[in-house]
Amino acid sequence: MAKPFTPKVVTANALLEGDVIYQTATGWTRDLAKAEVLTDEADADLRMIDASQQIDLVVGVYLADVDPDPVPQPVHFREAFRAKGPSNYAHGKQETL
Amino acid sequence: MYSYTEFDDAFLAERNAQFRAQVERRIDGSLTEDEFKPLRLMNGLYLQLHAYMLRVAIPYGTLNGAQMHKLADIAEKWDKGYGHFTTRQNIQYNWPKLRDVPDMLDALAEVNMHAIQTSGNTIRNVTADHFAGAAADEVADPRPVAELIRQWSTDHPEFQFLPRKFKVAVSGAAHDRAVIKAHDIGLQIVEQDGVLGFQVIVGGGLGRTPMIGKVLYDFVASEDLLPTLEAIVSVYNLLGRRDNKYKARIKITVHENGIEDIRTRVDERYALIRPQFTGVDQQMLARIEADFAKPTFKTAPLDAYAAAYDSDPIFRSWADTNLSDHHAPGYAIVSISLKAHGATPGDATSQQMHVMADLAATYGHDELRISHEQNVILPHVHRSDLPALHAALKNVGLATANIGLISDIIACPGMDYCALATARSIPIAQEIATRFDELKLEHEVGPLKIKISGCINACGHHHVGHIGILGLDRAGVENYQITLGGDGSEDAAIGERAGPGFAADEIIPAVERLVFGYLDLRQDPSETFLQTYRRLGLAPFKAALYPEARANAA
Ligand code: HEM
Ligand code: SF4
Repeated sequence: MAKPFTPKVVTANALLEGDVIYQTATGWTRDLAKAEVLTDEADADLRMIDASQQIDLVVGVYLADVDPDPVPQPVHFREAFRAKGPSNYAHGKQETL
Repeated sequence: MYSYTEFDDAFLAERNAQFRAQVERRIDGSLTEDEFKPLRLMNGLYLQLHAYMLRVAIPYGTLNGAQMHKLADIAEKWDKGYGHFTTRQNIQYNWPKLRDVPDMLDALAEVNMHAIQTSGNTIRNVTADHFAGAAADEVADPRPVAELIRQWSTDHPEFQFLPRKFKVAVSGAAHDRAVIKAHDIGLQIVEQDGVLGFQVIVGGGLGRTPMIGKVLYDFVASEDLLPTLEAIVSVYNLLGRRDNKYKARIKITVHENGIEDIRTRVDERYALIRPQFTGVDQQMLARIEADFAKPTFKTAPLDAYAAAYDSDPIFRSWADTNLSDHHAPGYAIVSISLKAHGATPGDATSQQMHVMADLAATYGHDELRISHEQNVILPHVHRSDLPALHAALKNVGLATANIGLISDIIACPGMDYCALATARSIPIAQEIATRFDELKLEHEVGPLKIKISGCINACGHHHVGHIGILGLDRAGVENYQITLGGDGSEDAAIGERAGPGFAADEIIPAVERLVFGYLDLRQDPSETFLQTYRRLGLAPFKAALYPEARANAA
């Protein structure tokens, strides 16, 4: 049997601002909670290819594990920092979220 | 100080225009990221976790007031009002927008600064003793030769695609403040029979495989230095491994081939290329030396200094901790701590940068330095001006009296910023400093260097910390490994791993146990942490760190 697929989101940095973004069904969001959760591996591969082609919008596309309920949340602490911002100043996403 | 020639200006303007066009082509999609990345790295532009980061070179850590003002302006206009000074004597801006970077580079060029060769497999920003030209224990100022090496290596056609990056450090004093033994090439100015020359050390480095550099030559005469360096770099360029990034640094080349083999090859190469160096470099050096002429030192009565020292305990504590001996009578070297307890090591706000620039102009012959320990130095201040200087620093939170003490911590950006990090380092530094400030112990503990890196790349120099802390990711949790007995000075040593790592909430108590252990172990208050460690070895410190293990074994 195939290994169970951990739910994922497609994430990257925005080309112009450099900040962390997540793919939605229709585009990109800066808020992980609004990201599209992918639960199927083949689907995730397709979404990755789609994202990677948007070279004039995004940089460094990859799939990150999430905990999907009730809204997508980071699993690893690195993703938690990406979703929030640094811990020494209230800069980055935590300024506006 | 050294000022750019017309050639340098034109070169810089052209490079900046080129990069502006490359950014445009990246934004309109005609360059892919794979194509753009090497170009942006060549211009000091990284992509970190939350944003781009621009790394600006401060060659041999020397700045004038106008340059510091400009760094402050850039932080205010295009960043979030602060900059981060690093262990490579660079400043990093953590929040630039891609579109703004060409303007930032143009602003830097207005004061002869740039971000070229702060990355990539080239010869990087040459670093020097931050007390250069001022220290009482100096044989000669290392900056002219650092500048000569910078000019020789910048855009050197043979050395743009080395197997790996290449770092050079120069010191002109017996006491090594530039960690020269942890660089690809370390140069120490020495005097032999009244003639100045260089001890040449190769193959030092930190990172995943830390190594202390080995002496390649005990004495190289000044006029033979550049051909010697060129011979070393070209031997490395041929011999250095390109098959494995982790084995590509010259430290591995030296380790794998042995220092004798390297010396033979360098000798051969040297014999071949020496005739090409016809002495033009020595004329250049003479010109550069003139640019580094010492300021005209003044004489003034020291009464005001003595009075403040006797009557103001806060001033006295700062003077005892943050001043170093200057070669000129009546002068002192001032270290301005960027390590206020609980603040981010190495960060300065725009306002603080402006104040430091103004103070340098008023009291310090318009000179500033950035130290690899992430502090700012005013190298030439007359002692009669110190009370006023101290008062001005105090007003903007820059008068922390902790240079060389436990809260004067080096920390890399770690996972708060760095895309390569495996754990955070800044909060650990903040918590250690805050804790020892609460305990009011740091002056009693005395000299103690803690250095923290957020991954094995060791940008925070943890291997040469008296206490080194390395942040790792252990099964999805931050974990901190302690090394002990490291030393970045002339007695350089790589720290020994103390044992199993600690979780984030255990690391501060662990450091506390170590320090209390040391206080119990030292012979008397004059024996430093490192001396005690060298006398007793790891075992008693390990026992202090892991009390449960001792209890279990009993
Ligand atoms: C945030 C972006 C940074 C990145 C991506 C980065 C990357 C790296 C990498 C990959 C290495 C290992 C190179 C090797 O051994 O071949 C390294 C080493 C080093 N970095 Fe960084 N670094 C960053 C920030 C810094 C900062 C902020 C400092 C200064 C505080 C710094 C100072 C150093 C030093 C001193 C080394 C020395 C190890 C050696 O060359 O032996 N780096 N860096
Ligand atoms: S040591 Fe690691 S985490 Fe720290 S700055 Fe260097 S690469 Fe980043």
